[in-house]
Amino acid sequence: MEGHSTYQPKSKVARWFESRLPLVGLVHSSAIAYPVPKNLNYFWTFGAILTLMLVVQILSGVVLAMHYTAYAPVSFARVEHIMRDVDFGWLIRYIHANGASMFFIAVYIHMFRGMYYGSYKAPREVLWILGVIIYLLMMATAFMGYVLPWGQMSYWGATVITNLFSAIPIVGETIVQWLWGGYSVGDPTLNRFFSLHYLLPFMIAGVVILHIWALHHVGQNNPDGIDVKSVAKDTVPFTPYATIKDVFAMVVFLLFFSWFIFYAPNYMGHPDNYIPANPLSTPAHIVPEWYFLPFYAILRSIPDKLGGVICMFGAIAVLAFLPWLDTSRVRSAKYRPLFRQFFWIFSIVAVGLGYLGSQPAEGGYVIASRIFTAYYFVHFLVILPLLGFIEKPKPLPASIADAVLAKNGGAGGATVVAGASAPQTKG
Amino acid sequence: MKKTILFGAAALALLLASPVKAAEGGHDDLPHRESWSFAGPFGTYDTAQLQRGFKVFREVCAACHSANYLYFRNLAQPGGPRFSEAQAKAVATDYQITDGPNDQGEMFQRPGRLSDHWPAPFPNDQAARVANGGALPPDLSVIAKARASHVGFPGFITDAFTQYQEGGVDYIHALLTGYVDAPEGFKLQSGLNYNKYFPGHQIAMPKPISDGQVEYTDGTPATVDQYSRDVSAYLMWMAEPHLDARKRIGFQVFVFLIVLAGLLYFTKKKIWKNVAH
Repeated sequence: MEGHSTYQPKSKVARWFESRLPLVGLVHSSAIAYPVPKNLNYFWTFGAILTLMLVVQILSGVVLAMHYTAYAPVSFARVEHIMRDVDFGWLIRYIHANGASMFFIAVYIHMFRGMYYGSYKAPREVLWILGVIIYLLMMATAFMGYVLPWGQMSYWGATVITNLFSAIPIVGETIVQWLWGGYSVGDPTLNRFFSLHYLLPFMIAGVVILHIWALHHVGQNNPDGIDVKSVAKDTVPFTPYATIKDVFAMVVFLLFFSWFIFYAPNYMGHPDNYIPANPLSTPAHIVPEWYFLPFYAILRSIPDKLGGVICMFGAIAVLAFLPWLDTSRVRSAKYRPLFRQFFWIFSIVAVGLGYLGSQPAEGGYVIASRIFTAYYFVHFLVILPLLGFIEKPKPLPASIADAVLAKNGGAGGATVVAGASAPQTKG
Repeated sequence: MKKTILFGAAALALLLASPVKAAEGGHDDLPHRESWSFAGPFGTYDTAQLQRGFKVFREVCAACHSANYLYFRNLAQPGGPRFSEAQAKAVATDYQITDGPNDQGEMFQRPGRLSDHWPAPFPNDQAARVANGGALPPDLSVIAKARASHVGFPGFITDAFTQYQEGGVDYIHALLTGYVDAPEGFKLQSGLNYNKYFPGHQIAMPKPISDGQVEYTDGTPATVDQYSRDVSAYLMWMAEPHLDARKRIGFQVFVFLIVLAGLLYFTKKKIWKNVAH
C-alpha cells in the first residue's frame, strides 16, 4: 500500500487536503500505482468479485431490512410480502438469497486458488489467516441469514446447529439456552440472529480492509509462485491493467449470477423453506445450505456428538495452520508434480463430502463420509507435511519476466533449480 | 496432466460407487416432467389456463385450503389470470369479510374488496383439522415452491443448465392425478388414501376432483388431467406472481451484460496488447 505512490497533488486545494489527510494518495497507491505481477491469470480476479459480492449483499440486505420484520409469528409472511407486494421486492430478495450462494462459490474458488498456488506461504501467512477469519464470519452470517425467512429449514437448521454447542461438557446446555434466549429456538433467537446478521457483514468489511492491507503490504502471489524481482520487468500498474481485467471478470460473474436470479432463483434453495416454521413437525431430511454440506458430512460421519463437533470445527480451523503444515518452500503447484495430484484428489474429496452431506446419513453414505473425512484430515496433517520432504520440485523460473517469456514461446530464459537457490524444505 | 485426470477419475468412481449402492431400493415413482408455458427463459403464464385454474381452485381447493397471501386485487394484476378489475371486484364481493370494529366497537360483515386477502375457509387451524379428519390442509399460497421431486445426482446438475424450476408443479400435477388403488398387500390406515406420488403413499386428502366436476366454458376437456394441469399452473402463479416480469427483465439484463462484457473484453485486450503476460 505504501511506497508505490507517485501521486503529486496538482491543485492548491488538493495539496492542502493531502498534507492533512493523505487519502487520495492512499487510494492512488493502492488502486492505481500498486504493482501487480504480469503473469496473473483470471483466478486472481476473484478478490475483486468477492468485494463486489460483499457490496451487493450489504446493499440488497439493507433494502430488505427496510421491509422485513423479525418477529416469529409474522416473519414468514413479511418475506412473502417482500416477494409479492414490494416493488421489485422479488428481485432484491432473489439477489440477496442467490447472492449468498454466489459469494460462497467465489470464496471457494478464491480459497482453492490460494491452495493451488501456495498463496498462504511466507510472507502471506497473516493474509491467509485473515482470509480464514473472513470465511468464518461469512459462514456465521449466512447461517443466521438463512434463519430469517422463518421457514421449516430455517427453524430446524437453527435447531440442529445451535444444538451442536450442547455437546460441550458441563456448560453445553447452558450455552445453548443462552444462544436461544429460551428453552428452544424461538422468537428471541430470531431477533438476535437478525441483529447479528446485520452486524457481521460490517465486521467482514473491516477484516476485508485488513486482508487487502496485508495483501498490498506483501504483494500478490502469482501462478509461478515466485517473488517479484524487478518492479519494472515483472509487474504492471494496477490501473489500468488489473482494473480492466477485474471489471471484465466481474461482469462475466454477474452473468452467471443473473442466470440464477432470473431463471432459476430457487435452484440453490430448499423447497421446505417455503413452508412456515413449525416446531411440531420435523422435516424428513434437515439439510443446511449447500455451502455447509462438506462440514455437515464431517459432523455426521463421527459417531460421537462431541467428536463430530470437534471434527467439524477442526476441519475449518486446520485451514488457519496451513502455512505451517505445508513444508515445501515452493509455492505454486505448477512446479510441484506430486502436490498437484494430491491437490486434485483433495478437491474431489471436498466436493464429494458436499454431496455426501446432502444425502441421508445411512448405509453406504456413512461409510463413504468416514473415508472422505479421514482423507480430508490426512491431506492436511500427513500428506502436506510429508510432501515437502519427499517431493522433488521442478526448476523454478528465475523471474516472473522469464516465466512470461517462456510461456510465450521465447528463449525460456534462465532457470534455476529450486533447491539451488533456496532450501526445499524447512526443517 | 494425464495422470491427474486418471487420479481424478478413479477418485470420482470411488465416490459414485458407494452412494449408488446405498440409494438402491425403496425409490418412489418420480413425477413426470410436464411441459409448462412458464418454463424456460422466455416462459410466460397462459392467461386462459390461469383463469381455468382459478376456477378449479375456487370451486374445489378453496373449500378446504386457505391462500392467505393472495389478495383479490392480484387477480387483475399484470402477469396473472388478468381478470378485468370489474371481474376481480365481482369475485371479491361474493365473499363476506369480517371487518371492524365499528363506532359501536363491534365487528361486522361486509362484502369483500380488491384490497382484501382471500378469505380462509376455516377460522383457525384447529377448526380446519376438526373438519378434515384431524389433518390440516396446508395453505396454498406458495405451495408450488414448497414442494419438489427429488432428482438426485446427476440430475440436479443438468437442472441448473436447463433452468428446471417446475419440480413443484410437476409434483402437484402428479399428486392430483396419482390417486390409484393401493397395490395388493399395502396396509392403508383408516381415514387415509393411497396416492402414487405422496411420500409414504398415504395421504389424508381424499381424491379431490373427478372428471366433469368443474365446468369449462372454453371447450377445454373437463378431465382430471386437464384440471390438474390448470390448477397446478394457477398455484405456480400464486407462488410466483412476478414470474413473467422476472423472465422479461432477466432477458434484458442478459443482453445488457453480454454487450458490456464484450466491450470490456476488447478494451482489456487493447490495454494488455503490448504487455507480455
